[in-house]
Amino acid sequence: MLSKSKIFFKGIVAVLPHMLSVIPFGIITGAIGVELGFDPILVYATSLIIFGGASQIIFMQLLSGGASSLVAITSVGVINSRHLLYGAVLSEYLEKLSFIKKLIISYFIVDQGFAESNKYLRQNKNLSNPHYYVLGTGVTLWFCWQLSTISGIILGSFIPEELGLKFAIPLTFLAIIVNDLRKLDHVFVMLVSGFASLILFNAPFKSYIILSPIVALIAAFIMLRFKK
Amino acid sequence: MTWFSIIVSGIVTYFSRMAMVALIDREMLGTKVKEVLNYVPAAVFPAIIFPGVFFNDFGFLVEITDPKIYGAIVALVVGFYSRSVIATIVSGLLSYWFIIFFLLR
Repeated sequence: MLSKSKIFFKGIVAVLPHMLSVIPFGIITGAIGVELGFDPILVYATSLIIFGGASQIIFMQLLSGGASSLVAITSVGVINSRHLLYGAVLSEYLEKLSFIKKLIISYFIVDQGFAESNKYLRQNKNLSNPHYYVLGTGVTLWFCWQLSTISGIILGSFIPEELGLKFAIPLTFLAIIVNDLRKLDHVFVMLVSGFASLILFNAPFKSYIILSPIVALIAAFIMLRFKK
Repeated sequence: MTWFSIIVSGIVTYFSRMAMVALIDREMLGTKVKEVLNYVPAAVFPAIIFPGVFFNDFGFLVEITDPKIYGAIVALVVGFYSRSVIATIVSGLLSYWFIIFFLLR
């Protein structure tokens, strides 16, 4: 029987390799926030309150580009709808927790932590305290994320504008989906989303950021019907 | 106003994490919905990538010779073969900088 702290520690170790991408991503997020003209306190507040790299970057990019709050908030919602899936999968292991503990652990559910927890917990179904594993991954990622965005905010004020750091935004997101490029069905959905965004780019209120994913998800839904 | 948006976005994000864990029975999400949710990253991120590469700061399509396009192609190829997040970003930025600082000067 593994003790709680051992399980927690296993969670920490499992996400360590992800730091290779999480830390640079955090630095970029902080630096871009400053580059886009936001107050450093505001940039950091997104790390603490939103705590999700992709949504933080998109949120700041949209607001600095003149989008309304409603569009920025809605697009954050669309991006984060993937968490529903994570929650649904992890809830099997978190069922026995009290409501308060569920509320606390939810804050720490992030992509990399979910991926590792899902992998480990599926192979260790009889673990007595599985939530310590989830917590180990989440808390580790949380600390690294806070520290790396703060470093990015500090670095960002020194990075000259001629470097065009804004180009790091599309590159960062490309890096996030690059592993899915080997799956043809995913590539199809990506192309639908990408071309939709080019066509819809000048639609009012920057709504392309919400409409393109919706178009692509409808395409995914239709594709799934044909696959069967 | 920005503070307000950050806080509401934070609540929305937190809700997306918490809903299935604490509020909703997971059986509520049918297999169909789960299958479609799998594609959320593929549906969301290209809508940021494509405009970031193919539009300039003024909202116009860039020319086919734009350095961003070549930076993105390098990043795509490097990323595909290396499967590394850092290699993807760094190769894209370096090739972009190489073009704007050496080739275009």
